[in-house]
Amino acid sequence: MQPFSSVTAIGVPIDIPNCDTDQIIPARFLRRAKDDPKYATFLLHDLRFNSDGSETDFIYNRTPYRDSHIVVADINWGCGSSRETAVNALVANQIRAVVAPSFGDIHYNNCIRNGVLPVRLPTTSCDQLRKQLHAAPGARMTIDLETQSVTGPDQTLYPFTIDVFDRMRLLEGLDDISITQQHAKTIESFESIYRDQNAWVFDP
Amino acid sequence: MSTPKTLFQKIFDRHVVLERDSGDALLYIDRHLIHDLHHRAFATLKANGQTIRRPELLFGTPDHSVPTTAQTLVDIPQGEMRETVSGLEAAAKEMGFNHFDLTDDRHGIVHVVGPEQGITLPGLVLVCGDSHTSTHGALGCIAFGIGATEIQHVLATQTLWQRRPKNMRINIDGALGPSVTAKDLALLTIAEISAAGGAGFAIEYTGSTIRALSVEGRMTLCNMTIEAGARSGIIAPDEKTIAYVKDRPFSPKGDRWSEACAYWKTLFSDTDASFDHEVLIDATTLEPRVTWGNSPQYSGSIGDTLPNPANEPNLIKRSEMEAALTYMGLQAGMAISDIKVDKVFIGSCTNSRIEDLRAAAAIAKGRQAVVPTLVVPGSGLVKKQAETEGLDQIFKASGMEWREPGCSMCVAINGDTLAPEERSASTSNRNFRGRQGKGSRTHLVSPAMAAGAAIMGHFTDIRSFN
Ligand code: SF4
Repeated sequence: MQPFSSVTAIGVPIDIPNCDTDQIIPARFLRRAKDDPKYATFLLHDLRFNSDGSETDFIYNRTPYRDSHIVVADINWGCGSSRETAVNALVANQIRAVVAPSFGDIHYNNCIRNGVLPVRLPTTSCDQLRKQLHAAPGARMTIDLETQSVTGPDQTLYPFTIDVFDRMRLLEGLDDISITQQHAKTIESFESIYRDQNAWVFDP
Repeated sequence: MSTPKTLFQKIFDRHVVLERDSGDALLYIDRHLIHDLHHRAFATLKANGQTIRRPELLFGTPDHSVPTTAQTLVDIPQGEMRETVSGLEAAAKEMGFNHFDLTDDRHGIVHVVGPEQGITLPGLVLVCGDSHTSTHGALGCIAFGIGATEIQHVLATQTLWQRRPKNMRINIDGALGPSVTAKDLALLTIAEISAAGGAGFAIEYTGSTIRALSVEGRMTLCNMTIEAGARSGIIAPDEKTIAYVKDRPFSPKGDRWSEACAYWKTLFSDTDASFDHEVLIDATTLEPRVTWGNSPQYSGSIGDTLPNPANEPNLIKRSEMEAALTYMGLQAGMAISDIKVDKVFIGSCTNSRIEDLRAAAAIAKGRQAVVPTLVVPGSGLVKKQAETEGLDQIFKASGMEWREPGCSMCVAINGDTLAPEERSASTSNRNFRGRQGKGSRTHLVSPAMAAGAAIMGHFTDIRSFN
């Protein structure tokens, strides 16, 4: 997974509260392989494309927003279905970070595990950022994970917090299995004691 | 005296393999369920040179991609649908984990099958690559949905990294009125705490209303906990829970049963346990509910009129409400009972258990559906049971379609869909834009309310039936 330290890029404001993962990638694309050449088009597909395949005027279709690598969203971004394909669709479009007041819990974890930085900022800060991005299309912002800060288009600094373990995963681009395998012995001994004490779990 | 703990903390602590200073814990996983959409997990596992650590704790069943007319693999149209189902089956054969194929009566929606087979038991930690895994918490276990990368992790290590969630207690008291169900309770709860209200929390449901619910009803409530933003909902096991799990195929027997029961008796939140957030809900005035927006938090009682967004002081909510009314093709102020439906879907992991089908059949009996109606049992065994009770005959006599088990029109990727702008009364759990097909308009209701809408062609107060 691609490590994350800092990104400076155009931000795209998406003003949809409770933007569920069914919006981020409709269910009919769930069976597609991750390397499907059309994967990038699945992102927010039904908001971006009409039934005849033509583009709508949804903000992400417009220049210069379509070159953005940062999404600034509204409350509860990525709620609903656990589909990790929602993050795959972000990655296919080179979206490196999503800033929102709150996230669906499972989607948040899925982002971390795929090198996409989810940033929680207060609702008022997100509102302000989205407003500025609308006012100045193509405005750039910076997200720095080392210093845990977002710099808005007007240079306003917004500090954010993130779990230290999640921060490490992203900074080092570490995948969980390799972290866990360092503890193979501990798992082994936990399991053998746990099994002895809870035979009903394993051997009903 | 040890520190008082919540039910969730008790089970969590018992499964901690190790804990980092940051508070992240490596949890041991007792049960892992998997469905067809994750069939690629096994190829990835192999490509990474890994194996399934505990195949005996892994259970697979096809549900999402199964056409409700298919009884065997060859009945599924060739292409990605069939490949998905056969992919899971082939992986199970090759790698030796439990799998219920289409010809096995035990197959069905993963969240119906787990409890039905006694795979889901109190005190366990259970995961599945599906957000509605919260369902299983109804039996007093920690159960939550995970993503594809986390599935790989569980397959390879039988563990998962978890941060301790905050604890929320939702206490619901009061007797439910006639024809008011766990589904209505779930919709009320989400309306109260909002679709994001549970984010970061594990929710425990307590109170006289919860104790009075059947185990099936508790599953409906825990199922929809994810729609309130919380990954898991849990209900302390009681004598109903224990009676429910007893003698199921995979539940413990003999001495193992006694050992398990002894542990299960310790599973409750201690009197002095502290919760980070408490919510009190009075269920006595609850009425049958209908959602009208594109988030399950927007619902009203059957006698209500649709709210006017202009009266909503919260601007985010106001714009969301306006957008929802436009998408749904509704007007502020109209009576919910004036909303006409084009199709009715009775099924999904929220409401496809035998109790749900009985409730729908009680309304359908001797009446005619005036719109196309799909009744999809949650598993092969639910289907059989319903047929033994003659429920299938009631549905068919009403002009409703009686289908094979699966997710069907809940997620609409098996061929059962709504056309753009078509409107459904649906017993599923999500009314998101496009959830039941591009441009589809979904209203969430209980099984009896769905059957009522099928008979009348619009939403109706089923309490007036009879
Ligand atoms: S019935 Fe619907 S919500 Fe339940 S597992 Fe299937 S698709 Fe998901």
